[in-house]
Amino acid sequence: MLEQALKNVSIIGAAGKMGSGISLLLLQEMTRLEIVDNPDGKIPAAILNLVDRDQQVLKGLLSYLKPQLVRYAEKNIVALRANLSSRTDLVDNAEIIEEYVNRAFLIANPTSNSEDTKDSKLIFEAVFEKLELKEQVLSALADICSPETLFFTNTSSIPISVVEKAAKLEGRLIGYHFYNPPAVQRLVEVITSPTTPDSFKKISDEIGKRLNKVLVPANDIAGFIGNGHFIRDSLYGITQMEKLSGELGQDKSVLIINRVTQDFMIRPMGIFQLIDYVGLDVVQMILDTMDRYIEDEALSSQYIQDMLQAGISGGQFSDGSQKDGFFQYQKNIPVSVFDLNHKTYVPISKSLNNDCDKYLGELAPEFLPWKVLSRDRNKHEKMKAYFTKMFQQNSKGAELAKAYLMNSREISENLVKGGIAESAEDVSKVLINGFYHLYGPENSLF
Amino acid sequence: MKTLRKKVYVAAGYNTMFFGPGRKEFHPKKPMRPFEDYLNETFQGTSSQLANTDFDEGVFTNFAAMRFIRQGNLPGFLPYITKSLKGKPCTRVEGACGSGGLGIAAAVKTILSDLADSVLVVGGEIQNSMKSVYGADVLSAAGYYKGDRKDGHAYFFPGIFSDRAGSYGSVYDKDLMRQGMAKWYELAVTNSRKNPKSQEYHNKVEDLFGLGLTPPNGKVFMDHLNLYDCSKVTDGASSLVVSSEEGLKKLGVKLKDAVEITGFASAEGDITEKPADPTVLDITKIAAEKALQMADITINDLAMLELHDCFSIAALIALETIGFAKKGKGAEFLLEGNTKVSGKIPTNMSGGLCGFGHPVGVSGVRQMVDLLHQLTDKAKQQVAYKNPFGMMVCMGGDDKTVSVFVTRKSQS
Repeated sequence: MLEQALKNVSIIGAAGKMGSGISLLLLQEMTRLEIVDNPDGKIPAAILNLVDRDQQVLKGLLSYLKPQLVRYAEKNIVALRANLSSRTDLVDNAEIIEEYVNRAFLIANPTSNSEDTKDSKLIFEAVFEKLELKEQVLSALADICSPETLFFTNTSSIPISVVEKAAKLEGRLIGYHFYNPPAVQRLVEVITSPTTPDSFKKISDEIGKRLNKVLVPANDIAGFIGNGHFIRDSLYGITQMEKLSGELGQDKSVLIINRVTQDFMIRPMGIFQLIDYVGLDVVQMILDTMDRYIEDEALSSQYIQDMLQAGISGGQFSDGSQKDGFFQYQKNIPVSVFDLNHKTYVPISKSLNNDCDKYLGELAPEFLPWKVLSRDRNKHEKMKAYFTKMFQQNSKGAELAKAYLMNSREISENLVKGGIAESAEDVSKVLINGFYHLYGPENSLF
Repeated sequence: MKTLRKKVYVAAGYNTMFFGPGRKEFHPKKPMRPFEDYLNETFQGTSSQLANTDFDEGVFTNFAAMRFIRQGNLPGFLPYITKSLKGKPCTRVEGACGSGGLGIAAAVKTILSDLADSVLVVGGEIQNSMKSVYGADVLSAAGYYKGDRKDGHAYFFPGIFSDRAGSYGSVYDKDLMRQGMAKWYELAVTNSRKNPKSQEYHNKVEDLFGLGLTPPNGKVFMDHLNLYDCSKVTDGASSLVVSSEEGLKKLGVKLKDAVEITGFASAEGDITEKPADPTVLDITKIAAEKALQMADITINDLAMLELHDCFSIAALIALETIGFAKKGKGAEFLLEGNTKVSGKIPTNMSGGLCGFGHPVGVSGVRQMVDLLHQLTDKAKQQVAYKNPFGMMVCMGGDDKTVSVFVTRKSQS
């Protein structure tokens, strides 16, 4: 059933940040299947429509896909050689890799015509995270495609039940929240609605396996697990920063909370750097969506709005480099910090860093950076030693970190209580696989 | 018994840094030192040990420049590095990983023929010009391409020696074999740490033996080899002079700075044949026996050894094949410490192919340079030898193109 469905698939918004990664994943798997089914190299029957607005962005997509496909084939050379063992004309690894890439490009159909999707059995939609846009795109596709076509929408916050109703796709739409970049990040949050049939859920599970993803089910409540945690974690960080800023000034307080969340809490990046990475505009969009659908909780940030008002949006350039946000970056390392009051970037000088260090106090001697621990087989024991010591410390840095960690734990508890996550383990799974945390909010470390 | 009709010496050896993954400076995306640079450096190193460089002939050893850097006609690089060879006979010798040994043998025969008094031997190879998945295609030409490449492993040669390890492990104690191979890795890296030019010089792993014990996993790499059993992908060059007594005088080399080649043999196997018994290196055995016979000594007279450890299992089997250990006892022989600097037969003191690195067409020349340094007491990790003999084994492909040399400290 799935094998058959994987013969004709479409990606909508294929050239976008998320769409290009999803396109790659599907193209890799469809090409692999094609080679297994049809080693002799007849013209492939499979087709992957890569749909986006114009030829120019599609050219960009193809130039992204080519080296990625080569890399995939290089990495999977042993399996590909086995699959192509009957082809006496393909002997060198180089010939096998070339065959794989050529085959992929015969399967891919870059197009700006959405009518091309009409025979697709599966559609992955990855347009911009805006409810009205998604509704509009999906209802148009519902008219073009057959009533059996199954839809996956890449959304990080918008409730599926709202979209499926508006697009008349009841029971045919699953939320498939890939993390950025989709080709690398293993996590996919899967959001079903009460109308989703089990047969569709099975297909969704199987696709996740085929794409080598860790699937975590999330209930259909705006923000789901990932953003449910991230947004509240960010709001907490902004609040703490604002509390400090009266005394220390904005530049120092942003740096301090960023240092607490990165170093004292051993995360891959500080909270403000993460907001920059996601994009303040995207964070604002998610906040709006969550605020709209979640009652009894104020989910907004004047600070983010003011930053956007000041023209600071974060996010990345198409080459992957970081745009200005809370920080300005050089080679993705923060070099200056935005002072919202004065609407200016302040260089992160030695003396500024020293002031922050002085305020925070020393890290426990057991501290090891995230980068080192992430590769350490005994990271659990080492983190345990660190956090045990950190929780005994009374420095300002340790106090801020302790409160931050407890707040993160409370967010996790509420996600489980509210039925958004099935368990605390699922929240941990999301944070570990989607945010590269080394531990979940509920843990045996502290 | 064949003997040498006159004395043949080796002198003025030099090795460049052996470069590739493992070296701190290595970054696959950054521009790397070009071929010409390595050749110029090694020649500088050799010529600085000579009063003059008026060689009679030149030999270039290399395996696959034609594919790695699309360069053929390599003899032309000899007059490039030294004008003294312009207008003189120069030859390129290729026998896969056995090229270096074969090149030295060619030079020795030229000296014995009286056609030359001194031959400059230069080995040069660049392999990091492509990713290893493509480099494997190139290196597979050292096996029987038409017959075996298609069904071979994607990484071909590790696959061939993995099969040998598989056979060995099914005949003898598999766990002991793994321990022996881990010991080989430990010694290769430990020796390399004393050699700043080696590829494993920066290796800081504490538990090398433990790492070497990593169980092989066919799904990730090979069924019977782990990554630590393999020599790496290397760029490098080595050079030396093969010379008659007269030649040494002409070049201004003192006898004490040269070593004598007292026995040598090259032996060839049929490239289309699979080994009859994968736990033995038949051709290596023939070459070693002949070389020892020519030198009129036995392995008990040897004070040191240079083995061709493209893979740890190759070294382990070679130790048994040549007779240092009984069959099936190679691992124990290693675990007892017999190949350490203070052991019975100190082996690969500069790191060997697994530690120093393995620019394929260069390794034989490199081995001879290291034997020369040992027997002239200039080695970084010097063996305190009593007997004046050393031996090197250089093997091309799967025990196909083998050259063995016995060297002796010069008697002045």
